[in-house]
Parts: sequence; structure tokens; C-alpha cells
Amino acid sequence: MDLAKHWRQRAARYRLEGQRNPTSGAVRFPPEPGETDWQPFALSGQGTVYSFTVVRQPPAGLAEEAPYILAMVKLAEGPMITAQLTDCDPEQITIDLPVEMVTRRLRDLGPDGLLVYGYKFRPQIS
Amino acid sequence: MMRPSKPVGIIGYGVYIPRYRIAAREISRIWADGQGGVPVDAKSVPGPDEDTITMSIEAGRSALARAGVSAAQLSAVWVGSESHPYSVKPSGTIVAEALGTTPWVSTADWEFACKAGSEALTAGMGMVGSGMAEYVLAIGADTAQGRPGDALEYTAAAGAAALLVGPAEQALASIEATCSYVQDTPDFFRRADRAYPVHGNRFTGEPAYFGQIRHAATQLMNELGTKPADYTYAVFHQPNTRFPQTVGKQLGFSPEQIAQGLLAPKIGNTYSAAALLGLCAIFDVAKPGDTIFVTSYGSGSGSDAYALRVTDAITERRKRAPLTAAYLAREKFVDYAVYAKWRGKLVME
Amino acid sequence: MQPVYIIGSGQTAVAEHWDRTAGSLAAEALQAALGPIAKHRIQALYVANALGSALHVQSQLGAAIASATGLHGAEAVAFDAAGASGGVVLRQAYLAVASGVYDLVAVVGVEKVTDVLDARLEDGLALASDADWEAVHGSTLTAQWAMLMRRYMHQYGYDAIDFAPFPVNAHANGAANPKALYRFPITAEKVRSAGAIADPLSLLDSATVADGAAVVLVASAGIAHELGSPLVRIAGSAVATDALALHGRPDPLWLGAAARSAAGALGSAGLSTGDVQVLELTDPHGIAATLALEACGFAERGVGVQLAREGAITLTGATPLATGGGCKARGDTVGANGVFQLVELTRQLRGEAGKAQVNGARVALAQCLGGIGATAATHVLVAE
Repeated sequence: MDLAKHWRQRAARYRLEGQRNPTSGAVRFPPEPGETDWQPFALSGQGTVYSFTVVRQPPAGLAEEAPYILAMVKLAEGPMITAQLTDCDPEQITIDLPVEMVTRRLRDLGPDGLLVYGYKFRPQIS
Repeated sequence: MMRPSKPVGIIGYGVYIPRYRIAAREISRIWADGQGGVPVDAKSVPGPDEDTITMSIEAGRSALARAGVSAAQLSAVWVGSESHPYSVKPSGTIVAEALGTTPWVSTADWEFACKAGSEALTAGMGMVGSGMAEYVLAIGADTAQGRPGDALEYTAAAGAAALLVGPAEQALASIEATCSYVQDTPDFFRRADRAYPVHGNRFTGEPAYFGQIRHAATQLMNELGTKPADYTYAVFHQPNTRFPQTVGKQLGFSPEQIAQGLLAPKIGNTYSAAALLGLCAIFDVAKPGDTIFVTSYGSGSGSDAYALRVTDAITERRKRAPLTAAYLAREKFVDYAVYAKWRGKLVME
Repeated sequence: MQPVYIIGSGQTAVAEHWDRTAGSLAAEALQAALGPIAKHRIQALYVANALGSALHVQSQLGAAIASATGLHGAEAVAFDAAGASGGVVLRQAYLAVASGVYDLVAVVGVEKVTDVLDARLEDGLALASDADWEAVHGSTLTAQWAMLMRRYMHQYGYDAIDFAPFPVNAHANGAANPKALYRFPITAEKVRSAGAIADPLSLLDSATVADGAAVVLVASAGIAHELGSPLVRIAGSAVATDALALHGRPDPLWLGAAARSAAGALGSAGLSTGDVQVLELTDPHGIAATLALEACGFAERGVGVQLAREGAITLTGATPLATGGGCKARGDTVGANGVFQLVELTRQLRGEAGKAQVNGARVALAQCLGGIGATAATHVLVAE
């Protein structure tokens, strides 16, 4: 069971916590460990769709979720990330569509395994 | 009647309702040939990536946004639910982590069938009212399960409501007082490690739902020296459309008083979230000075009643996060097959 | 630095080899590559394999393949750089021979994917992306190429059908390759009407992963001249890397490692793209070939797809591509692809490619990518 692997990412996965350089103001995501001159920084969760696809041949563990929408999202603060789009249909999605972060269940590692939570994005709700 | 030594109120609130719905007629098509009455029009269905934790997080974020306090200022994050994703491992720690409240915070999971959320609210009043805490986040959330074909399957729905309790002077609605009435009643239960609950059919009405709510509501109004007509709005736990209408009438509330908080016809029974979601829907439209009477109900069983008074802060604060109507409006209906797939009713292994 | 030559090449058919092990496939390809050369003269065995460990097929493939091929006791080691493994391994062999340490090194590319079912295979392939920040979200390589394709179409104004000439060309060439997985032609209309595998990618614009092994023998001038056959020299070699996560690159449509390794390999050969007469790229989808063509400098940005539309990638065009069928028709052997590429280009440079022969080919370029180009290995081969 890969417990530590998921646990150590919790701040980034659950609440999109990246890092900010207080000197330059630069923001990065994902956070990189070990450098003290970068400080934890919660990103706004706002972004736009850079590109997207519908995954119809899922990897192991996601058979019940497929087909699902995968996207690259350009975050308002600059970094780009890969995440699923949820609560929407492919017909609603276009490149540059504004989206917002939600925390969802990413993986169910089985009856004796962990539930892995993390960020997904959806079209803005209001 | 219970009242904290320091006046308390609701500082912020947030709701969550999943995007998906199944029509009660669609369930009846499978199990009853589409014949007979149905207890609601539709119920909300959680998407495949949703559970009590994810819904609590979103409702909690909206409550924080409305309150305008930082996550680190919360002294407690409490999640009431009968569908915690883990049997052992708190939902609260995950929700608190996602909100950014950890590590200096009390978290706990509450369970009291459909009134687990109001239990957390009452406890939060105590924490804040005693001066132990400045702010407490009380959440009610559920992804309820009903056995396929059972009467509960028509209504067992999903949703979340989060109430941020704080000092009355900062509140968008002050809580005047509360009372709790409980009595061991086997009207509805689910044994450990069972997927579906069982219920006592008509036994769940009198003496369970109706009796307990009447006791709690009457007692609180008597002790406060108020009567139903003194309240602008009333909201009751709503396992279906008819029960809250009936108990409201028994107590002397008008259909107009309960209409705004009655969400069950459109989204079914959201269990621990139900009464609190109705309260939040009222907050969405209430005016300063309005009064609200809330009564939850949880099988097993018991009822918590609350009297609230809306303040001037409501007007500005409700704009800071999505209104209940926005969640109600995004409904997308699924058929029974999709519902069965998502709700784990297909044998996959 | 000593000059380095490819003196032998061999390959198995690319297929679903249900009844074969990785070792047995490698042994067949090695035997074919050896020809008249005595096996015991091989001083080291370098194995290219991407999925042996991930799919629980076999780890320590160096020792495993040495045993299976009768090279007991020889120095042997396996390298994993996902789809770039073949090129990365060739570079190790090239360095070993160029340094003068060894005179003869066998480069073995082998992949055995049919021992597991599809979902687990997708999982294994997805490990070529960033496990923590891509794969956990259900990202797959196919999905990532599809997202790049949609973005490319959006940015430069193309339709999905514009990419169809890539698989059409691959199948036309694969039909002439007896070792190819698919030996039949397809039409652009068929590509268009096939279902989506990951929108907007058509099922027929997607390579099929299959089993196979390929071998090239890398040797010093001494051994090469002993044989007297047409000589194929490794004139340029370079490996480069990029951000592992696709989203971590400043411009995801620019395959930076592919560009740097191509420039490095061409530069060390003293050649330019205009000198290249036949090429092999990582081309499981038209978009992959398009972006590689642009990164390598065969086309300006935004016009790579036009090389296919205009017929430049066909046998008689200016940049013949996938003459053995490419990933699409020969079959995608993942970590072994880079070695299959070398086998094909060696055939071309020796004039042994039959119906798929590019007339007068003297300079060839092979490039393979790990994942979406997090690793890129490029080699320039010259007929002497």
C-alpha cells in the first residue's frame, strides 16, 4: 500500500497549495521540497482550459469512472497542471473555458486501501 | 431549553448539492411499473467522485468565504454524517486539511442518523458560547443509501450544509436558543458493516418523526414564549415532501412559512444535511430582522430545535459564495442504469 | 573517439506472441543479427526495455536476456527510458565502442506486453508520465497526445482529418514489411470514421502496443571492415531530457528534448536536416510525428502536419518517414521501438528495404521519445 506517497502530497492535492517566492513573487505548483526561500502559498483555484480530451481507455483503477475528461489547466497564477474535469459534459468544454478547482475523490485503492482525494476542475458554478 | 452564556450565531454558511438527479418516476419504472405515488419528484445523486468528505469540503469553503474568517481561525471542524467514507478514520481531518485549518484544530465525526449535523451545530454553540472557541465549523453531509426497490431508494439523496458558528455580534443570524429531545426509538437503523438500512415503515412517522419533532419544537417555542406566527420561516427535517408539510401543519405553521426551506421535492432526503440545507436556502433570501425556526430529526431517535434571528450582515455575506439556487439549477438527470453504476449497485468484482 | 558502426541487425515479427517469453524473442532477434559473426565475440549486452518491471514480467533483464541468448557470464544490463529506451541504449553502446573499451556490443530492444491485460498495460505505459502529478489523475500517454493534438488544431487551425496522412503512410509502408503487425493499407476516410480513442484522436490514428524484439550489433572499425558488407556508421548521437510532466514545460507543443537531441546528433555528424534522406520518429499518432518533425527542424512550427498532407513523408518525398510502418503499422513495442527503428534504417542504408526502399538513401535519422519526450534520443546513421 502506497500510503506515504499520497500522504506527503496532501496540502497540494487537497487545497492546491503551491509555493511563492517572497522576493520575486513567482508562484509555482507543484511545490518542490527542500528550498526554504519559497513559502507555502494557496493558489486561487481559478484557471482556464489549455486543452482537454475524453479518456476512453482508462488505466487500472479507473474503469468505473471512464469515460472521463482529462485536461491541462492554466492556473490564474501562471502554473499549468493536469487534472480531470468533473460535473460537466465534453460538449460544454472549449479551450480557454474558465474553470474552478474542487476537491474530489481521485482514486479508490480498494476495500483495504486508501481513498485518495485531490483537485479536479469544473466549469464555474456561478 | 439551552442557551450559551455568551450569545452566538451563524457567521457564514455554505451548501453543496451534486449536479446529478434521478427522477422518482425513473425508480418507480424499475420497481413498480411506474404505478402509484412517489414521495418526491427527484433526488440528488452524487457523481462517481463525490462523497461526504468532498461535499463537506465545498460547503465548508463557502461557509468560510461568507464568514470572511481565515481557515486557521477555526477551533473545530466537525462533520455529521451517516455515510462517512471510512468506518475508522475521520472525515473531519481530511475536510480540515482541505480547508487549510490543520494542525491546531479539533476535528470529529458525528453520527446520529439525519441529525448528526445539528448535533455538531449544538456542540459548536457550546464551544463558542462558553468562550473556549471563537469559531466552529459544523457540517452536515450525506450520500445516503437505500436498498434497491425499497421505499427509501426514492428519497435517499446527497448534499451538504456547513454552518460557521461564532459570536452573535458577528453573526448573519443569531441563535436565540436550542433544545434537544431524544428517546430510544428503533424506527430506522443500519447495523455496522451493512450496506443498506432497515426501517419500520409507518412506525417511522408516529411516534418517531412526528412525535419527536413536535416535542422539541413545542418545548422551545413554549420556553421562548413564541408561537408559530412569530416566525418568518420554518424548516424541518425533510425525509420526503409530505412529512415536513404535515408536521408544520400540526404545529401551526403555514405552507408559506415552510416553502422556501422545503428542498425535498427536488433533491430528496439529504439526511444530515436536510434541515440545515433548508436553513441555508432561507438565508439565501431572508431579510434583516426575519426570524427562522429550525427543527432537525434523526432516527434512533431525536430532534433538535433552534430559533434564529437574521441580522443586517446577511445581505452582503450571502453574495460571497454560490446560492443554493445555483446548485439546484445545474441539475442533470441520469437514468437508473447510470445511477446503479455510480452508486455501487453493480457487481464489479 | 573511435568510429562506430552498426554491423548487424535483426528483428522478430511484431505481434501478440502469446507463447513466447521476452528471452525467446531476444534470442531470435540476436540470432538474425549475428549472421556470420560468432556469438562469443559479443563483449557486452545492453538491453532496452520499458515495462518488464512495471508489468511484473521480469526485472534484471540484462542477466535474464544474457542467459536466454546463451551469453552466460557476459556484461549485461537493461536501461529504461520508456519509449526512448532503444535510443538511450544505443548511445551507451556507442560510447562503449567509441571509447575503445569494447569492440562489439549487442543492443537488444525487447518488450513483452501481452502478458497482462489492457488496464494494467495502460497503467504501466502511464508510468512514463509523472506518477504524482499526471498519472494519479488518470492521465495516459494517449490522452496526453490527444490534448496536444486538440491544442495544435486550435492554435494553428487544423482539423483532425489533416493528421490522417500519417497513419495512411505508415500502413502503406507496413504492408511491405513482413515483420509488421499490420500489413494492410488504410484510407483517410477510414481514419476519419473510426471511433475516438481519446478525442480528437481516432482509433486508427493510434498505434497498437505489441510484443517484439530487435537487435543491432555495434562494433569498432576493425570488426566492421572484417565483414566487408555495406558499412553503416553512427555519425551522430545525443540524448536530452525535458520536464517529466508535460504541464511543466513552458510550451507543451514544443518537444524541447527532441529538439536538443536532434540538434546535438546532427551537429556531431556535421550534417543538417536537409542531408537526411530517410527517418524514423516516435509516431504512435500523427500529432507525435508532427511535433517531432517540427522539433527536429524538418518543418517550421505549425506546419509539420503539412509535410504529411503534401506527401513529403512518403517513400518518394523529401522526408520519407516510417518506411517500415512506424509505430502505427509495424506496431508499438515501447522500449524496443528505438532498436526497431535502427533495424529499419540499417536496411535502408544497405539498400535492402525491397519495396519500401528509399532510392539512394545514404543519411538516416532515428529519434525515439520517452513518454511525451521527457527523454529524447537521436542518432544519425551514414552509409559508407
